[in-house]
Order: sequence, then C-alpha cells, then structure tokens
Amino acid sequence: MYRNLTIRQKQIVWAWAFLALPVLFYTVIRFYPTGNAILISFQDWNLLGSRTWAGLENYEKLWNDPVFWKVFQNTFVYLLLGTPISLVLSFVIAYHLDRLRFMHGFLRMLYFLPFMTSAVAMAWVWRWFYQDVPIGLFNNILAGFGIPQIAFLQSTTNALPAVLAPAVWAGLGFQVIIFMAGLRAIPTSYYEAAKIDGVGWFTVLTQITIPLLRPTIVFIVVFSSIGFLRIFDHVFNMTTNNPGGPLNATKPLVLMIYDTAFNGFDMGYAAAQTVVLFVILLIVSLIQLRLLRSN
Amino acid sequence: MTDIAPTADALLMAKPAPRSRNMGQIIRWLLLFIGGIIMVMPIAYMISTSLKWPHEVYNVNLIPEDPTTENYTYVLEDGRFYWWFVNSVIIATITTICNLLFDSLVGYTLCKFRFPGRTIVFIAILSTLMIPTEMLVIPWYLMSQSFGWLDSYWGIMFPGLMTAFGTFLMKQFFESVPDDFIEAARIDGLNELQIWWTVAMPLVKPALAALAIFVFLGNWTAFLWPLIVTNSVDMYTIPVGLSGFGDEADVAWELIMTGAAISTIPTLVVFLIFQRFIIRGVVMAGLKG
Repeated sequence: MYRNLTIRQKQIVWAWAFLALPVLFYTVIRFYPTGNAILISFQDWNLLGSRTWAGLENYEKLWNDPVFWKVFQNTFVYLLLGTPISLVLSFVIAYHLDRLRFMHGFLRMLYFLPFMTSAVAMAWVWRWFYQDVPIGLFNNILAGFGIPQIAFLQSTTNALPAVLAPAVWAGLGFQVIIFMAGLRAIPTSYYEAAKIDGVGWFTVLTQITIPLLRPTIVFIVVFSSIGFLRIFDHVFNMTTNNPGGPLNATKPLVLMIYDTAFNGFDMGYAAAQTVVLFVILLIVSLIQLRLLRSN
Repeated sequence: MTDIAPTADALLMAKPAPRSRNMGQIIRWLLLFIGGIIMVMPIAYMISTSLKWPHEVYNVNLIPEDPTTENYTYVLEDGRFYWWFVNSVIIATITTICNLLFDSLVGYTLCKFRFPGRTIVFIAILSTLMIPTEMLVIPWYLMSQSFGWLDSYWGIMFPGLMTAFGTFLMKQFFESVPDDFIEAARIDGLNELQIWWTVAMPLVKPALAALAIFVFLGNWTAFLWPLIVTNSVDMYTIPVGLSGFGDEADVAWELIMTGAAISTIPTLVVFLIFQRFIIRGVVMAGLKG
C-alpha cells in the first residue's frame, strides 16, 4: 500500500510517524497537566479526601490570605532587585571585558564558572558564609576588622537580599557571555564612523552600543525575570529549618506552592497558586517584550 | 564566539594605545581581575573547606594548613552520596540522550517536511515554553501516583524527556542543512529515517553538543521535581540528597561543603576541559533558542 503513494503522500506518512510519539508526549505531559492544574484550582481536594467542586473558593481564599500577599510582594522584590542588579552588573563586566585582550579567556572563565554550579550546593555554601561568629565566613571577616556582626538569614530585612545574592551571582556569568556575544555582533563600521567624527566614549555607549544591544537586553531581561519570579532552590535550601522564614520574609510564590501542595496536601489551593504564577509570568513577559521592543 | 574574538579585538585595540590609555587598560584589567576572583571565591571556599580538618574550618584562610581527604572518605563511606551520584548520572544521561534524539527528530520534521498540521504542531510545541514547570508538578505528581511512578527513575525523568526549547533550537539549526543534500539522499534510495540520521544529524553536531550541555546541566542540578517525586533515600538525586544531608542536625559544615563539592566538581571539570566549546554552545543556545 505504501508503495502506491505519491512522494508527497509518503512525506506526510513519514512526518506523522516521526511526530506520533512526541505529539503524544506533549499532549499527555504538557497540555493535559496544564488543563488539569486549572481544573484542580477550582476544586477542593485534600489528596486523601474527596474531590469536590469549589468554584472560585480557592482564589477567594488566596485573595484574603495575608501570607499570599506577603509572598506576592517577596516574589516581586526578588524580581525588582534581581533583574536590574544582574543586568547592570553583567553589562558593566561584559563591556569592559570585551575591551581586554590580556588573559581575556581566563577572566571570562572566572566570571562564567559559577553558572556551572548547582544551585542547591551553592545555597549551602552561601548559607555557611552567612552564619554567625564563629562559624560564618562573612561575620568572621567582619570580626577580624572589628566591625559589628550582621544578622543575615535571621533578620527579616536582610534575609531576602542575602538569599537573592547567590541567585544573582550564579546567573551573572551566563548574562556576561550573552552580552559579550551581543557586543561582538555590533558592526564595527559604526564605531569607526564614530571615531572619525571624534565622538566621546559616553556618546558612543549611549547612542550606538546600547541601542544596538536592544535585542540582547530584551532577551536577558525576560530570561532573568522569569528566573527570579520562579526562585525556589536557593530559598528552600538556605532556610530549610524554617522554609521561607524568618516570618515568611524570604518566601517566594513557588515555595508557597510547594508547601501548600506537599506539606499541606491542599491540592486545590496550591493549584490556584500555580495558576496565579502562570498569569504573573505571562503578564510580566508580555509587558517587558512590549516595552523593550517598541520605540 | 572565540573565533570572531580576534577580529573584534583587533578593530577595537589595534592601534598602539597612548600612554594614558594604557594606564586605563591596566586599571580596567585589575578591577576585572579582582571581580573575577570574588566571583570564584564561593567555589574556592567550598573546595578549601572540604579539605580542612574540623578544627580549622572556621578560620578564614583559603589554603588549608594541613589538607586532608578525610571528609571525602567519610562522606563516600557513608554510602548515600555514592548512590545519589549514580542516580544523578543515570538520570541526566538518559534524559540527555532522549532530548538529543527526540528534539532533533521533531525539529527536523518541522523544518524539512511539508505536511498538513505542521504549523499547528509547531505552535503547540512552542506554546509549551510559556507553561512554567511549577504549574505542572501537581498534575505530574497525581499522575505518577496513579501509575505507580513515584520514587522511580522513570518518575524523575519522564517530564523532561523532550523539551520545546530543544526542539526549537534544533529546528533553527536544521534550517542551515541544504535541501539539496536531502533530495540527493532520497534519490540514492535512503529512507527518511536514514536521511535524518546519516545526512542531517552529522551536519548539526555543534547544535547537538550545545543542547546536550544544557540538558545535562539542567538535569544534574534539577531540584524541585526530584524533591517532590522521590521519597526513599536511595532514589534521591544529588541535589535532593545534599539538601536533606545539610539539614541533618549533627552534620558539620565541612561535610556539607564536601557534599556540595562532590555535586559541583564534575560539572566544573567538564567545563574546564571543554571551556571554549561550552561557551560557544551557551551563546548558540541562548541566542538561537
């Protein structure tokens, strides 16, 4: 039967033969669970007990939950601190590194190395750094200079930046590399023209380099924002004794989801939180693409 | 990108720089060097502490006075890290192979075949990029529970066997494979599967390598889903195991640092060996994907 088909028909048969398993995979492992998560978010389900329709109850509960608003705020603090800090740092590093030839590869390696580490391992390393005297490295160094101790992870104000620092640190190398690739992609004729016109470096930076880097900047901003909105590994591992603590000061949305679903077994409520996360990610990415792509 | 580095550098700095600029270059180099050293400090301290005796752990010196591998012996003799390491290797390897095969097959099909439904399949796969894993873990968990996949290799691996990112990346790279090659192979009587495997795949090796790096690293360090799906200590992956290990009340910091080093050193070594190659791969995947 296959022999009687035209070349075009054979192509169609092959294409669908190749796609059969993947289409099944994406349907069962991606689309069905997405629909299921949305469905569960409208149900009341304790995992052990029965599954009942709850309508918007979970979302109402979320709206009236003070912990959720604290978590919501934390999530955005991670985003609003993490994204600009890592964007500026990685740009400054890439901009200057791009101008150096001496041991260029070695310096680049130093900046990139943290990207190859595992978040869990590094969260524990940083957690150790943050301990009080006589354990933690930072406070030991401070003590060496006679400077008063800083409470990092125990303080409600310092804990969030302390948890964020390793996340920024680990992602920086990747952004530096992407920025350097973007800088190299700018046609050198622009710089030559600027040189002939005798334009200063600052003007070159703001009028040529940054505008031409726009696609790279868009990519990095969207990519790192999604990362910070989904922060989990660092927070979980640096606060295992009191996840998201102290007093929920570091708790991001993903940790709240994990807690609700796998410690509280309140699947409906957790699913509603995941839907909220999905909507936040969607809105933030769309706004950024809009703002950064236009003009 | 290291290929184009010399040209770009030459254009920026070929002229003999004036003296004052030289001074500027030296300061720039020094500052970047100090910054780079700060960047690797956490890794350096992790390794240094893993080589220290307990009494020395809380000294801030980076070089251990009397280096010892005692911590490694202790942690590995405990046995658990050994299993977690093996689990992580198996899971990351199988997942990487699956991604290389399926992502490239799908990417190739979407790129080189014309058939009804092509656009829909492409958009459908691409749209899954927007769905965060966190939204899927609850349904995945329920699914694993009803099919008995909890606490098994398959349970840990199944969500990541194919990725939209990889599919999209491979599709982009198959664009560079000339259609003439495929036509010629068809005339030679190869079937479509053979054409994909023997003609197209060898031409996108750099992209396959980039994808392999990303998938392997991603699975080696994956935490949330393995944490959810495993519950017996034997099935933990390295990150899950390390997390629990660190949380045990009586575990000393030098042992935690040793565990962290065991989980990090393999990827660091691979990176140091294939450095240029990996950086190129990251740029390719980052910009094309």
